[in-house]
Amino acid sequence: MTKQLLTLRVNGEPRTIAADTHHTLLEVLREELGLTGTKHGCELGECGACTVLVDGVPILACLTLPTLVGDSEVTTVEGLASAEDLHPLQVAFAEEGAAQCGYCTPGMLMTAKALLDTTARPTRAASLRAQGPLPLPLRKAGGTNATGAQLP
Amino acid sequence: MLRLPRFRLLEPRSYGEAAQLLAENGAGALDRSRGTPTLRVMLVAGGTDLFPNMKRRQFTPELLISLARVRDASGIQRNGHLDISAGTTLSAIAQDPGIRERSTALAEAAEVVSTPQLRNMGTIGGNICLDTRCNWYDQSLFWRTAEGFCMKTNPDVVCRVATSSPRCLAVASADTVPALLVLGATVHFEDAEGGRDVPLADLYQEDGIQPMALRQDEVLTDVTLPEADGWRSTYLKMRDRGSFDFPIAAVAAAVRWDGAKVSEARIAITALGSRPQLVADAARPLVGTSLDDVTIALAAEAVHKAARPMDNTSGTISQRKRAALVFTERALRSLRPA
Amino acid sequence: MSEFSVIGRRLPKVNSWAHLTGQARYADDLFLPRMLYGRLLRSTRPHARIRRVDTSRALAHPGVVAVVTGADMPEKMGIMPSTQDETALAVDRVRYVGEPVAAVAAFDEDTAFDALSLIQIDYEDLEPIFTIEEALEREDVKIHDEAKRANVFKEVHLSFGDLEGGFGAADHLRDDWFFFERNTHAPIESHSAVASYGPDDKLTLWTATQVPHYLHRELEKVLGLPRSRIRVIATPNGGAFGGKSDPFGHEFAAALLSMRTRRPVKITLDREEVFYAHRGRHPVKMRIRTGVKKDGEITAVHYQSWLDGGAYASYGIATTYYTGALLTVTYRIPAYKFDGVRVYTNKPPCGPKRGHGTTQPRYGFECQIDKIAEDLDLDPLEYRKKILQPANSRTVNDLRITSMGLGECLDALQRSTRYSERRGQLGTGKGIGLAGSAYISGAGLPIYWNEMPHSGAEIRIDRGGGVTVMCGTSEIGQGSDNMLASVAAEALGVMPADVHVVSGDTSLAPVDLGSYSSRVTFMAGNAVRDAAMKLRALLVAAAAEKLEVPAERLLTAYGRIYDRDDPAKFITFADAAVLAESKHGTLVAAGSYKPPKGIGGSFKGAGVGPTPAYSYQAAVAEVTVDMDTGMVTVDKVTTAHDCGRALNPANVEGQVEGSAYMGYGEIIGEEQVFRGGLHKKPSLLDYKIPTSLDTPVLEAIVVESVDAEGPFGAKEAGEGPLNPVIPAIANAVYDAIGVRFDETPITAEKILTALGKRDRRGERKTRIGPDGLDAGKADPKRALRRLTASTDARERKRPVS
Repeated sequence: MTKQLLTLRVNGEPRTIAADTHHTLLEVLREELGLTGTKHGCELGECGACTVLVDGVPILACLTLPTLVGDSEVTTVEGLASAEDLHPLQVAFAEEGAAQCGYCTPGMLMTAKALLDTTARPTRAASLRAQGPLPLPLRKAGGTNATGAQLP
Repeated sequence: MLRLPRFRLLEPRSYGEAAQLLAENGAGALDRSRGTPTLRVMLVAGGTDLFPNMKRRQFTPELLISLARVRDASGIQRNGHLDISAGTTLSAIAQDPGIRERSTALAEAAEVVSTPQLRNMGTIGGNICLDTRCNWYDQSLFWRTAEGFCMKTNPDVVCRVATSSPRCLAVASADTVPALLVLGATVHFEDAEGGRDVPLADLYQEDGIQPMALRQDEVLTDVTLPEADGWRSTYLKMRDRGSFDFPIAAVAAAVRWDGAKVSEARIAITALGSRPQLVADAARPLVGTSLDDVTIALAAEAVHKAARPMDNTSGTISQRKRAALVFTERALRSLRPA
Repeated sequence: MSEFSVIGRRLPKVNSWAHLTGQARYADDLFLPRMLYGRLLRSTRPHARIRRVDTSRALAHPGVVAVVTGADMPEKMGIMPSTQDETALAVDRVRYVGEPVAAVAAFDEDTAFDALSLIQIDYEDLEPIFTIEEALEREDVKIHDEAKRANVFKEVHLSFGDLEGGFGAADHLRDDWFFFERNTHAPIESHSAVASYGPDDKLTLWTATQVPHYLHRELEKVLGLPRSRIRVIATPNGGAFGGKSDPFGHEFAAALLSMRTRRPVKITLDREEVFYAHRGRHPVKMRIRTGVKKDGEITAVHYQSWLDGGAYASYGIATTYYTGALLTVTYRIPAYKFDGVRVYTNKPPCGPKRGHGTTQPRYGFECQIDKIAEDLDLDPLEYRKKILQPANSRTVNDLRITSMGLGECLDALQRSTRYSERRGQLGTGKGIGLAGSAYISGAGLPIYWNEMPHSGAEIRIDRGGGVTVMCGTSEIGQGSDNMLASVAAEALGVMPADVHVVSGDTSLAPVDLGSYSSRVTFMAGNAVRDAAMKLRALLVAAAAEKLEVPAERLLTAYGRIYDRDDPAKFITFADAAVLAESKHGTLVAAGSYKPPKGIGGSFKGAGVGPTPAYSYQAAVAEVTVDMDTGMVTVDKVTTAHDCGRALNPANVEGQVEGSAYMGYGEIIGEEQVFRGGLHKKPSLLDYKIPTSLDTPVLEAIVVESVDAEGPFGAKEAGEGPLNPVIPAIANAVYDAIGVRFDETPITAEKILTALGKRDRRGERKTRIGPDGLDAGKADPKRALRRLTASTDARERKRPVS
């Protein structure tokens, strides 16, 4: 098995780890870096639970090789809040009761953050499109509220 | 969790280097040591199609050559014609105002590929080279073991879709391809010796196993679309859900208006056979007309006839054939002058 | 101003901060030192004898630490003590493709995965049974040797009132067949368990389960380890919906592998495996005969159901009864007969999914009510209101009804959607439909017979005024931790954020039977309230003495105990706690809840159906049908739900909306179908759970009937609201295109067929659905012939490796 030394910038911190070449960003985040906030529901790019931001762009960690991320900045749900404050989205999700079981929530938060970072006042439709892959905000429910929570 | 099989990864910085690596590492060679024959070397761009396939053990290449670090692999240039580098993401294409305005079908097609996250990763080159799909093929190693495999991975086994079929019936599923076909796209490949341009329409063949007339040591580098003056185009896709799903029937249509008459027309379909294809019989009657209902019905009938779906996607054969007809009508109606 | 300081407010859930910062620890998020990774080897055969299992090559594989097989755990187990027919791993026979057979533990998951293919299993194929009809007829093929008749798992017949008289008195009779297709829960978190067996010979199992207590019992039985040495911790479930309420093979396998290796072992299922674990919605064929008077008054109902149970029992005995038990609680039925049969087939076992066993009959019955209304030219909404089962009554099958808000739900829907005016008026391709329903707030009886409480809770108040609630409930995302905190906070006069919740831990918390059958709010809520009121009395007494105010005048809220007549006169909760502890010693109280006696009948089978309180709900769906492609769009679902009292309205709405979403998925796209026993779509790509872009606009209307026995008047909210959505959509499609969908799901193909657009013949249909059982059509040996044919083809054509 080929382990390689890898330096990633995650949530603003440089992190160096030895990882197997075939392990995805999802596996490295969860298993090497202990950032288990990023979830997985299929590992095949079908559920969106593993969405993280790479240089602000939402991507699926389960289909990303960490070595190809290079010097880009990776942001996970653990990087949303600052030491002082929660991200406004986290507050909005809490107030609207958007998280039920909370499992898809990190993925939803990350797509919502990317949307709000690029669109000042997204419409409900744009918000739904951005979540498109997350079949599931609604499986447990709170989906309507989650959508509402993304709107300013 | 489901994980990738082990592999080595090379990261060339140019297409030339990638082609060189392919040649050096025996591109096209099959590894038969693991039961199911598999390519020993494969290219990967966005990884959104290959990695799920690898996790399901449809491919277990020993070496992957990633195109992610190739310089200038992405970009959209317009100087009369439109030149799109193969590594351009589907999101970038969907969001490009020029493409949206002048090559509408392509923007519309790129926009309905899978999901936003996937489009941020998936490239136009990857979509053009998308592996054909099938209900019997896009399954895990466990599932295929229980079923008994199929012709696409194990050439000596029957095609599960139609056991008497001499060829693999896996279905073409790339959204952008029919759009590119009606827009008259040419693709450029490089290999270790040099390069070649291929009209996209000549790339595909009716074979689920070898859907492209392409050597394993070639690298797709660019897609070129000719001048789009006077052209209007659109792409319509049937899928089960509003996001994520592959097409189960799709139609792209483009017409060039010369005053009130159509001077040129192209219609292409995908997800209705093993290759995406231009339907010349459907486009021909449109020329010289103003897309009246009768003409459109003729074209739709021709598309209906050309559509040969098999029972290997979701939905049913009749539903998909019908969608081909209905979507052709809808697409053409939407191309009438406002 | 509200009489409450916590109840009824849209406060953030106590566990939402962990959810929103990624700090919540689900089972797969646990990584223990020296932990091994396990994987399960699953059967590739639908029905076969296991001749031999050879694990030697796997054991010799570098990195593999241990391998266990069914022979290591031969003890029968299963969720229902009376029908235990499973083993943790298959012992000598496999009964469905995907059944776990062996388990490997290795240093990493890659190695465990690779090692699976090194385990050799020698199967002898047996003829499989795939359909209800085959299962009923084939005496010669037995999936379970114990089955008395063919492959019948359970057969029940119940009759109440004068059925013949009822049908005789009817002016109009409807006799309809329905079919409800199999579907599954698809929680986004796949099942996961981490077992750790220590040098103290104690086993701890962290697992995504809804039923830690029942699992605790089964672990003892299968592992032969006293329950006193086992601790089960239900981790937060990333969705469950009934799919995590059986004891599962991977839980036992992780435990045994840990016992063998003395190292922690984690087994997390991948998505495909979750489809095989299943325990989801039973496919049910139904026949419903209903007699009515001219004005619509029901005179008799004869309901029959045939359930395809899959390969094992699971909750099947309860599911079978549930298909017949709750039809009587919504509308007046003076005479009722129920016949139910559940059969075994060689497919993953079915079990409880949200609405357990009541969803299928409710679909059939509400579609039939719609037809009766049409036959009699009655408005379906007004008609339902006219025949409502009254509050505080008993049904013909002896179920006690207390609060009953279905009428209010229907009124609220009419106000919100103007259903009655719009029905039939929306034009071709657009329709509006309605249905009502009911569900239980927990089952009247536990799964194993005992006289102990169904739910126990313990509350401790520390010297700083902190409150800790301990209760065995499992947080599956329904909000049970927040419910526990809210009920305790309201009773004690603090805020939920001041409450620590310890749930789902068999060592730290008293038994709660589990998060199933919508029992937690009602039962655990009452248990917590019971405990909290005991502590409140101590605190208030101490405060009364200090403030020199009679205890009756004291109220508790916002961390204060204060004089009702002079709120400025107060002491803080923390000070009161110190006073009370000084006087009474450590402040701990236990509370418990057991449903009252006499809420159901005493006949055999009366155990399923009774509940301390029924929730009621109704839904209106608005749809658009694309007449050319057959695609159905559900534009909006409005659900009105009587939850007694909304302890937290935002959470109730979330549950109601989630139910509507799931019901929508069940009728529009989700189906579990098989070919030769092999699941055709075991992935989230092929199994079509709706995405954000498909989901209708969802509106939830909360109706509060304030139940006299519920905690602060609350009843369930997590399951019932699913039920009416499915028939409401079917009825809306009828309104849109004039076609009755007497089977699920409603696919584009079926719509095109009905509209005569499927082929060029143009034959239209007014109904899509079954016409009966396919009696006599079961072709003996057909399945085996097919299986053999494909096996032969495979062996013949595959290259010799």
